[in-house]
Amino acid sequence: MEGVKRALPIVLGYVPVAFAFGVLAVKNGFPPYLAIAMSVFLYAGSGQFVAASLCGAGVGVLSVTASIFVVNLRHLLMSASLAPHLAPLSRLQKFIFGYEMTDETFGVHSTAFQRGWQLSLPTLFVCNHLAHGSWIFGTILGAYCGGLIRDVKPLGLDYALTAMFLALLVPQCRSRLHVAVAAFSMFLCVAFKMLGMTQWNVVLAAVVGACFGVALLRLGQKRDGLRAGAGRHA
Amino acid sequence: MNDHELYLACCIAGSSLATFLPRVLPMMCLSTESLPPAVRDWLSFVPVSIMAALIGTDVFFVDGAFSCSPDNLFLMAAIPSLLVAWWSRSFFGTIAFAMGAVALCRWLGW
Repeated sequence: MEGVKRALPIVLGYVPVAFAFGVLAVKNGFPPYLAIAMSVFLYAGSGQFVAASLCGAGVGVLSVTASIFVVNLRHLLMSASLAPHLAPLSRLQKFIFGYEMTDETFGVHSTAFQRGWQLSLPTLFVCNHLAHGSWIFGTILGAYCGGLIRDVKPLGLDYALTAMFLALLVPQCRSRLHVAVAAFSMFLCVAFKMLGMTQWNVVLAAVVGACFGVALLRLGQKRDGLRAGAGRHA
Repeated sequence: MNDHELYLACCIAGSSLATFLPRVLPMMCLSTESLPPAVRDWLSFVPVSIMAALIGTDVFFVDGAFSCSPDNLFLMAAIPSLLVAWWSRSFFGTIAFAMGAVALCRWLGW
């Protein structure tokens, strides 16, 4: 049940986005079965949109692969930051978990871990499979009946995933240090994108933002150390 | 399968691999006990910085162009949503509020 609850906002957000992807992919010359294959094997929101438009433009296979690698490089950081929490899982379980790790599933699980959640396999996998299932379902709908569904905008469904990240960001900010890191990373990401880095911006902002956090942490520890030292001398 | 489908299938295979490896390798190969404390601290800041960065790209751009004006509905909805999240500490409450705010504003013709 916990897994269903965790997946619910993701599902709400995924179905319309995957639907839009299905429509776009077919428009870009994908037969529906290949659009669905992409949702099964690639399973990455922005990555699939970029891939579909690059393929539509007839870009070479290696260029497509390289672009998607850059777009999804942030998963490297996410995977590394989850590694300590996932240590009890078997290799196969990590493999399956990693395969279905997206921005959104990472967001809900990592925030849960931060709040002291005790790892539970059913929650983890029910949530991830539901999210992936809804992504595939949305793609099928979009690829086969693209004209069927009207605009999702009146329901605010196009805001579901942003809304979820907003709801996750606040518990992530457990100290003033984390608020500073969040603000700095957000600023960097926006600045990078304005400078024209539309694919590198998120991963670069995250790397620099986390470095900023470590620097502030060390600075604070040094100050506390000095204060403690001064206290001893007095 | 014709040539075009073969091309698309190769693109899908290549980009799936390029997505899959960064997702799976770190969590399978990183043994956390052996990491220096600085790296562990650094990793502990990754979730907050990534989520903030993702939100930044979501709310500060309208159709790809930077926008910081009251016309930017996503940004205007994000501010009270963060306050609701901070004040209520409710995951679903925040999401419902944020989506409701966007839907309502559109209905009112924002």
